[in-house]
Amino acid sequence: MSAPTTCDRTRLRVRVSGAVQGVGFRPYVYGLAMRYGLAGFVINGPEGVTIEVEGHRASEFVATLPLEAPPLARIDHICVRETAALAAKDFSIGSSEGGKLSTQIVADAAACQQCLRELFDPENRHYLYPFISCCHCGPRYTIAERLPYDRRNTVMGAFRLCAACAAEYADPASRRFHAEAIACPTCGPRLSHGISAIVAAIAGGQIVAIKGLGGYQLLCDARNQDAVQRLRRRKQRLQKPFAVMVDSIERVSDIAEANAPELALLESVARPIVLLSSRNNLAAAIAPGLSRVGVMLPVAPLHHLILHALRSAGACARTGPVIVATSANRCGEPLLIDNAQALRRLKGISDLIVTHDRDIVTRADDSVVSVVADRPQFIRRARGYVPEPIRLAKSVPPVLAVGGALKSTVTITRDNQAFVSQHIGDLDTAEGIRTFEETIRHLTSSLDVEPLAIAHDLHPDMASTRFAEANGRALVAVQHHHAHAAAVIAEHGHTGPALALVLDGHGLGSEGGNWGGELLLCEGTRCRRIGHLAPLQMPGGDRAAREPWRMASAVLHELGRGNEIGRRFAAQRQAGCVSALLEQPGGATTTSAGRLFDATAALLGIASLQSYEGEAAMKLEALVRRTAILESGWTIAGAVLSLRPLFARLIADDIDAVGGAGLFHGTFAAACVDWVTRSARTTGVNTVVLSGGCFLNAALADEIPRGCSAAGLTPLLPRRVPPNDGGLSLGQAWIAALQIAQQSSARGGTA
Amino acid sequence: LSHGSGGRAMAQLISGLFHQAFGNEWLARCNDQSAFDVAAGRMVMTTDGYVVSPLFFPGGNIGSLAVHGTINDVAMSGARPLYLSASFIIEEGFPFSDLKAIADSMGAAARSAGVYIIAGDTKVVERGKADGLFISTTGIGIVADGLDLSADKARVGDRVLVSGSLGDHGVAVMSKRQNVAFQTEVVSDSVALHNLVAVMVAAGGSGIRVMRDPTRGGLAATLNEIAHQSELGFRLQEASIPVKPAVAATCELLGLDPIHVANEGKLVAIVAPDLADAVLAAMKAHPLGADAADIGEAVADNRKFVQMATGFGGRRIVDWLWAEQLPRIC
Ligand SMILES: [Fe+3]
Ligand SMILES: [Mg+2]
Ligand SMILES: [Zn+2]
Ligand SMILES: [Zn+2]
Repeated sequence: MSAPTTCDRTRLRVRVSGAVQGVGFRPYVYGLAMRYGLAGFVINGPEGVTIEVEGHRASEFVATLPLEAPPLARIDHICVRETAALAAKDFSIGSSEGGKLSTQIVADAAACQQCLRELFDPENRHYLYPFISCCHCGPRYTIAERLPYDRRNTVMGAFRLCAACAAEYADPASRRFHAEAIACPTCGPRLSHGISAIVAAIAGGQIVAIKGLGGYQLLCDARNQDAVQRLRRRKQRLQKPFAVMVDSIERVSDIAEANAPELALLESVARPIVLLSSRNNLAAAIAPGLSRVGVMLPVAPLHHLILHALRSAGACARTGPVIVATSANRCGEPLLIDNAQALRRLKGISDLIVTHDRDIVTRADDSVVSVVADRPQFIRRARGYVPEPIRLAKSVPPVLAVGGALKSTVTITRDNQAFVSQHIGDLDTAEGIRTFEETIRHLTSSLDVEPLAIAHDLHPDMASTRFAEANGRALVAVQHHHAHAAAVIAEHGHTGPALALVLDGHGLGSEGGNWGGELLLCEGTRCRRIGHLAPLQMPGGDRAAREPWRMASAVLHELGRGNEIGRRFAAQRQAGCVSALLEQPGGATTTSAGRLFDATAALLGIASLQSYEGEAAMKLEALVRRTAILESGWTIAGAVLSLRPLFARLIADDIDAVGGAGLFHGTFAAACVDWVTRSARTTGVNTVVLSGGCFLNAALADEIPRGCSAAGLTPLLPRRVPPNDGGLSLGQAWIAALQIAQQSSARGGTA
Repeated sequence: LSHGSGGRAMAQLISGLFHQAFGNEWLARCNDQSAFDVAAGRMVMTTDGYVVSPLFFPGGNIGSLAVHGTINDVAMSGARPLYLSASFIIEEGFPFSDLKAIADSMGAAARSAGVYIIAGDTKVVERGKADGLFISTTGIGIVADGLDLSADKARVGDRVLVSGSLGDHGVAVMSKRQNVAFQTEVVSDSVALHNLVAVMVAAGGSGIRVMRDPTRGGLAATLNEIAHQSELGFRLQEASIPVKPAVAATCELLGLDPIHVANEGKLVAIVAPDLADAVLAAMKAHPLGADAADIGEAVADNRKFVQMATGFGGRRIVDWLWAEQLPRIC
């Protein structure tokens, strides 16, 4: 921009959009203006923050603005315009501009370093106060009742600021200037129990429920096998792994191996659970049969206080405290957030229930992430990430997408953004469905949009589909695997055609049937199934998904070795009957990829039954030391990929579980690369979307994209939403929004 | 059976068959309609179409099923069933012997129920236009004064009673269809329930708010319908729902849930809490209600959920399904 010639003072009007409200952005701007000796003002407005600065170092100000922004700020766009100089003398922080306010709330953030210093500083008035926070940290999304994000619109409105807090709140030079959640021991929320009582209980092997940022959590000593097993029994959670919390980043290496991106992720303000390669030195019941363990650092000041006190108690002097931190709910139900409910429903589960009087408005489970090919991949996206929007390739009409039935999320589009809800959970309980409906209401009203259509899965018996049908808006049904593919297309802003390799558990096919290992050709709203895995019988429908030995039986039958079923699975009551069932023509079949993992795990003697989704596949993956490829272990005929030769090898007597696991993963990945490469050649499409729940498998998620790249293709992996059903709603939303946009432009064209 | 040619001879053959099987004074008069006297009271009427594959299954066939089903639909109002009509759509080439067997079992079913089939019709259609045989039946009955059962009458606190083990009919048909009879053979429960209804009405009177026979879609569909019509929810105890071991085993094999499987000789009654024990006792004293059970209660719920408490303090939604049980686990 050219310097003004009429005057040596430049006045610039700067508009900043993004997540810039409620994150300490105005005091930051104030400080920056002071540094460059500028006059003017900063004010919150409907689109973000508006700044006017005047002075000869105004351009330096603008150049620095995006570089030193506060930790929770996210700048999407800066627009600079010159205006006439007014010879203002000072710089002021204005209150909000009238009219509609920005509807962006940022995600909750872990306690910041400065707050932690104060937390453990005996001289500070926040000393040992579990609700310390500032502009750079603390709860946001989970405590907001409505917009704009102002203290009176959060649960903190119930707490009147004391004089000291009020002064910090009003001081532009303070870290707590307009920090809506600030509080101190004098004026803020209180914990029901002292830290010493909590710590004594944990150290004594008891199970403690605490109210975390996004909901209640259950804690116990992760090195106490008895305590962990008691937790499993009481929670009725037999095998599914628990996450653990360690007190500092230095201590992570005591229990797991973590590389640089994994450490960075652990320390990020979102503080997710990160899946790390375990050193297996915790209670065996933490993650039975798995090689990875979910690790997190303390999130809220309360976690810091507990871990600090545990360390001081010396109970774990040599090794530093490690505690189980798992969501407090009964298996499959939504996380508890309400005090009264927690007191009632956790009675039989935890020995001590610690509540406090800062309510949680929106529940948010701990997010779970792993690092795949040096970049994060979600397993569960919730606290710390929602309600951060996902940027779309273009502006689209507002639609609501309601996802699937398990690991549910919902998505709403607004302009060129998609807002994917936090992980809601499974929709097979009344609580789950209520939470799902509540989430839709909250998201719709906080975004202030009126969806034109509802996108849903093709499956008629999902609670989400029922909700969509009862809603009265236009409906767009999106096939399950098309949605999986579209989620990745949407987050990458990919336009033009793409091949999609969707390796998944199950979805209803577009003409019925059970799909799950699909090669799709997607473009715009259209999707064509150009290949699939060879169909395999699934004796007993959903039962076959819970009982891997049934899929193994289907494989044996297919290989003409059905007579071995009874011997191999003698422990299964129905083993004798299943072989007869498999003889019947016309039974249900599936092209599922997930069920192949199940079958392999059962054939190798790793898991005949599973108590949680993906158990068999995860235990199989845990045995992989080195992958190996069985040459000619697969056939491709008419774009149907069959792994029959691989299975024939896997059932041989000279293969052990470790060898079999390596061979299965390596060969399946190689087969997929071969399959995709051939299809890329015949279609001329070189972008390959990789999606579906099986991409949570580290070996697949590593080797398939690598193979695709080596073949000159461009692989796209899910990075902003999980590859599993937690990502469905984004894909559904994108397809539906494009479809509505097309329809209205078609109507516009003919009118 | 043939279609078209020789129409008259064929019609005579068929009507002879039915007259013989159903044998009663009304049919014997060979009119296009039958006249009958009615007692004082309120009449109820129902109609139903029967399509089942296979037509013959352990414990019955499409004919006995049509009679029992229609009688039961009448009886679920608390009424005494009186007369039935039956209309047959027969596919060309359908074996005469099968038709005779079916007609005979219809006649026997009606006779043992004390109900008369007094009007009927047959049509033979071209090959491929019907899957063997379809039967449509209409039934009428008479209901005592003061009894007004209706699916919108359930109230919060009411008990949910079932008259016996669930899933027998559906499993019998399915195991025949899938040829999984290597399991212990399961026999359809197809039976007329009006006599059981009579003893229940005697014991519970207007304390019986709703009765339904959980046929297609099973207990789950029936309770969801009642929940929606009565605008409340139900909470069931899985452990108290009677299911025969052989039915449970076949359901396990096929991956089905007995509460979604059809019944043809069971009823669900929603009964006022103070009369529930008396009604249950009356049911248990009747041979068709020996295995009757109290399986749950009606609760206030604006979402009208039917929920079932499972083993470990968990509770899951009992859905109604669109068609058969489609796999859902991703
Ligand atoms: Fe899926
Ligand atoms: Mg009917
Ligand atoms: Zn802070
Ligand atoms: Zn204060």
